[in-house]
Amino acid sequence: MNAPTPLRDIAKVIRSKNAGPFEITLDIVFKTKEDFEAVKRSGVITRELVSGLYNVPTQNIITFGFFDLINAVKITLPRPRPQGGIGETDMHAAQQHVPLQEILVPWPTVT
Amino acid sequence: MTVTSNDEIRILTPSGMLGYGFPVDHFKMGLALQPHAITIDSGSTDSGPQKLGKGEMTCSREAYVKDIAVLLEAQHATKIPVLISSAGGDGSNLHVDAFMDIIREISTQRGWRFKVASIYADIDKGLIGRELRAGRIEPLGPVPPLEQSEIDAATVVVAQMGAEPFLKALDESEGVDVVVSGRAYDPSPTAAMAIRAGFDPALAWHMGKIMECGALCAEPVGRNVMGYLHRDHFEIEPLNPAERCTTASVAAHTLYEKSHPFLLAGPGGTLDLSNCTYEQVTDRRVRVSGSRFEPAKRYTVKLEGAKTAGFRSIFIAGARDPIFISQIDTLIEQVFDGTRKYFAEVPTDSYRLIPHIYGKNGVMGDLEPHKGPPAHEICVIVEVAATTQALATAMCGKVRTSLMHTPYPGRIATAGNLASPFTPLEIPLGEACAFNVYHLMTVDSPTALFPIQYHEVGR
Repeated sequence: MNAPTPLRDIAKVIRSKNAGPFEITLDIVFKTKEDFEAVKRSGVITRELVSGLYNVPTQNIITFGFFDLINAVKITLPRPRPQGGIGETDMHAAQQHVPLQEILVPWPTVT
Repeated sequence: MTVTSNDEIRILTPSGMLGYGFPVDHFKMGLALQPHAITIDSGSTDSGPQKLGKGEMTCSREAYVKDIAVLLEAQHATKIPVLISSAGGDGSNLHVDAFMDIIREISTQRGWRFKVASIYADIDKGLIGRELRAGRIEPLGPVPPLEQSEIDAATVVVAQMGAEPFLKALDESEGVDVVVSGRAYDPSPTAAMAIRAGFDPALAWHMGKIMECGALCAEPVGRNVMGYLHRDHFEIEPLNPAERCTTASVAAHTLYEKSHPFLLAGPGGTLDLSNCTYEQVTDRRVRVSGSRFEPAKRYTVKLEGAKTAGFRSIFIAGARDPIFISQIDTLIEQVFDGTRKYFAEVPTDSYRLIPHIYGKNGVMGDLEPHKGPPAHEICVIVEVAATTQALATAMCGKVRTSLMHTPYPGRIATAGNLASPFTPLEIPLGEACAFNVYHLMTVDSPTALFPIQYHEVGR
């Protein structure tokens, strides 16, 4: 029996950070190979989803991929504004990961 | 004396960032393993453009003195070379000299004597302009193409050096004890030591890439880390017995703050980790092999620069009244309109009024997924950027007093709308800075841009 489950209840790490002053990078690391494969198979995490969550056209996404060797999804996007300038809200881009936590993945319910 | 070996080179990195402090007991455990070099990076763009823009350092001088004193004491006692990169955070000439000053001060006080090489990374703006016109400068990532006006506006422009300037400093002068460099690609000092000893550059760069963050590759993350490079693999182990490297923690390390987990571009080429193998050697040590290095067709260095961009003032205030909070967006807009009219003589494109509404969308702005009503209490910070500090503060004051006293529909708290925690009520922030150079420049020589000076310091 599957139920929509937020990614925050599935992943080991969901985080955001600057990758240089002009990019923000998002990491989702899974606890096990099985979890990683199951989320990958679900087809929920796509470029289109990321495009909507972060208001970035798909063609501007710098990196998007499921990386088997490290059981991780890596997403790199242009920063909404250059780091540390006028209007900055998050110098290190360390709190921009929350929309990823809320992604719902069909997941086995505990029986 | 360090033990030289054809089969292994050992590097000790006490911390991912010089100036943050590191456990000296674990560092001494590392020294007992007779490393061939101590490397430590000091650089990062991560704390903002004000370092390059205004000549600020990442850490206080006092913090650097503390860490550098430990390193110099170790070098004095063991003669193990110490390599420090990206002095002060931005790696500008100003901060290489600041580090040299610290080294002189400590050496003189303690009666130690060192041969020090300082490598500089400020790039002449005239040269950058010529290279731009020659078509040898390109944006790095989502950055606008470079323009001459931005080169002129930058306070200073540095370039990230590769391993070559470190190799030159070590080869050119006999018996260098300490190297202090300007802006460097973070793994360069470790890679240089390994390449100099004849080891595989791909493994050298990969080991450097992991070690430049100290024991961030361990679980839990830590500071002191030891790298053991062999002919066809390297091994990595944290020095704190409470930490361990695992295949997962080491393999996943290159995710952190990187654009891509397996393809890491640097001076002279790209490190490709997509076919690496990670093996657990002991419960705390991991062996890595299979790293590849693809030399670039053209040798490029990354230019980094920042400019000043006017002055800012802010105010910080709370709001708790639910009738006020429910109208916050409209009220902010009305108050901004009134402020623009009040300062009608100031050109509208010369200043900015920016709301930060915590409890609503202060952290994520337009990307905030929660679209419901704001929290029961909110923090309002208004950021004003203008051409002078006085004007920024004056406009900030106008916005604050207007928002404090503005009437609104349904208002029954008629004495004031904001709870102000601090004086001064308007807080001048000084000059704002902006990164404005982040580009790759093709160079003919990996060393020509990075002059080296040699010094005998201490007594």
